[in-house]
Amino acid sequence: MNICEKILAASSETKCVEPGEIIEAKVDVAMINEITGPLAIQTFKKIGLDKVWDNRRIVLVLDHQVPADSVRSAELHKIMRAFAEEQNIPFLYDVGDGGVCHQVMVERGHVMPGYLIVGADSHTCTYGALGAFATGIGSTEMAAVFATGKIWLKVPSTIKINVTGRFRDFVTPKDLILDVIGKIGSDGAIYEAIEFTGQSIREMSISGRLTLCNMTVEMGAKTGIMEPDEKVLQYIKERADGTFRIFRSDPDAKYGRTLDFNVDDLEPMVACPHSVDNVKPVKSIEDVEINQAFLGSCTNGRLEDLELAARIMRGRRVKRGVRMIVTPASSEIYFQALRNGTLEIFIKSGAIVCNPTCGACFGGHMGLLASGEVCVSSSNRNFIGRMGSPEAEIYLASPATVAASAVTGKITDPRMFLEAEA
Amino acid sequence: MIVSGKAVLFGDNINTDIIIPSKYLTSLDPNELAKHAMESIDPSFPNRAKEGVIIVAGRNFGCGSSREQAPLALKYAGTKCVIAESFARIFFRNAINIGLPILEAAGISGEIDEGDVLKIILEEGKIIDETKGRVFSASQLPNFILEIIRDGGLIEHLIKVLRGNET
Repeated sequence: MNICEKILAASSETKCVEPGEIIEAKVDVAMINEITGPLAIQTFKKIGLDKVWDNRRIVLVLDHQVPADSVRSAELHKIMRAFAEEQNIPFLYDVGDGGVCHQVMVERGHVMPGYLIVGADSHTCTYGALGAFATGIGSTEMAAVFATGKIWLKVPSTIKINVTGRFRDFVTPKDLILDVIGKIGSDGAIYEAIEFTGQSIREMSISGRLTLCNMTVEMGAKTGIMEPDEKVLQYIKERADGTFRIFRSDPDAKYGRTLDFNVDDLEPMVACPHSVDNVKPVKSIEDVEINQAFLGSCTNGRLEDLELAARIMRGRRVKRGVRMIVTPASSEIYFQALRNGTLEIFIKSGAIVCNPTCGACFGGHMGLLASGEVCVSSSNRNFIGRMGSPEAEIYLASPATVAASAVTGKITDPRMFLEAEA
Repeated sequence: MIVSGKAVLFGDNINTDIIIPSKYLTSLDPNELAKHAMESIDPSFPNRAKEGVIIVAGRNFGCGSSREQAPLALKYAGTKCVIAESFARIFFRNAINIGLPILEAAGISGEIDEGDVLKIILEEGKIIDETKGRVFSASQLPNFILEIIRDGGLIEHLIKVLRGNET
């Protein structure tokens, strides 16, 4: 069996599972945020049970619109707080105490190798970077999980993506995952899981691995996953306690298909409007002028992303007529970037630094687009209307490309700033 | 379970931001959500859907976010069933869980025209185009899923099961 099949077999207490089989699995952790959570809470109450199945296995995060940007948002936040109180759930990450849910989940020790995790948010697949099987579900299904601690799942067939080679400077895991999505297509992995393997993955930071797994849902995948290694164990050790199990794919594990990628010659990539699989090299569209550059989100709002962008922004100004919005993914990242001077570089360059939130990525608040405007964004979706007006255009790219574009006012290959650095 | 209605056609990759934009997600009222269903690509949809429609779409319907507000908006706007070449998995599960009938039918999108009167026999995965007098097959849903849809959704189903356990 491969790693996904092993986790699903363990969580359904059977020895062996096969793709296509429907299992009933025990959930290790369930996460909601304030957009999907209130509906789950409302629905849970309809069932008529007094208590959730396990108050220590539920995590509540306020992140999409924090601090509340309207009375309606404030009401949603209130429902979340009241539920945590009433159910005696200790893990409520409120305004100022958390950040974007997926970053909070890994950072605060809720994700462990071998866990089966469900989240009422599509980017729950991010946690596969730590060797968990994690997938997004809806609110009603979450209400049923709150009641029973169980969920039915179809065992997915797995696509193996083997990555070799070494990234060139200013070429990042984001460019790799955009390249992968461009080749597989936005529905190329529907109902399937994606397992990343290979030397480049082993050499990659946890931050980069999270970026890869995060965007597997943009191909329709149920989850993205990697075998946990020493780096993962070290990361976990600093953040979590509790028991977990390491699963690894057998040498004779079966895969739906195997794809090979080499990153030696990979260049900065961009997903053009209005589809995440409309991927081109940045070089091929360098004349596109932008109004906004967004750096943040569960895809690319981590310290490593901010530091990479700051390498380009240092001593430079955001182009007149362009606004750059920097939204660290969590309070921890915000604090680290504040302390090591990264935020100072952004502020000096004329960028605005916002509090941790999904914010502009989700089109909720803090950086919406007007009609006819163009945004280059380190986030994960460029759908029509995603970040505001349905007449705006969104280009998805790496933190380096976002920073380079903010400086020049046009979508720009960040490697043009390498010479200046040398 | 049999549902019927006029066909409303959509293309490939209809994502959840199109089905219900994020700016409306602060509402928990499905009737309010329904007013904005599909508005960025087809503002007339909520009005047309009132009489009861069946959506026929291409590949990867419902891709994007996990927002259950997407199938809720469609259901409360008057959608009786969604048929597509393929679905994003979270949307597929959400539709079942809120009791919105859903069928995957490869090759369907070129066969049915806007406004055709359709009759769906869910248990048999049968799509009858009464306007054209043609019958199409969809993938058959497993029994336990049919039962959830028949009960009106996962919660209604769960309440029934929990009560059954008590007696």
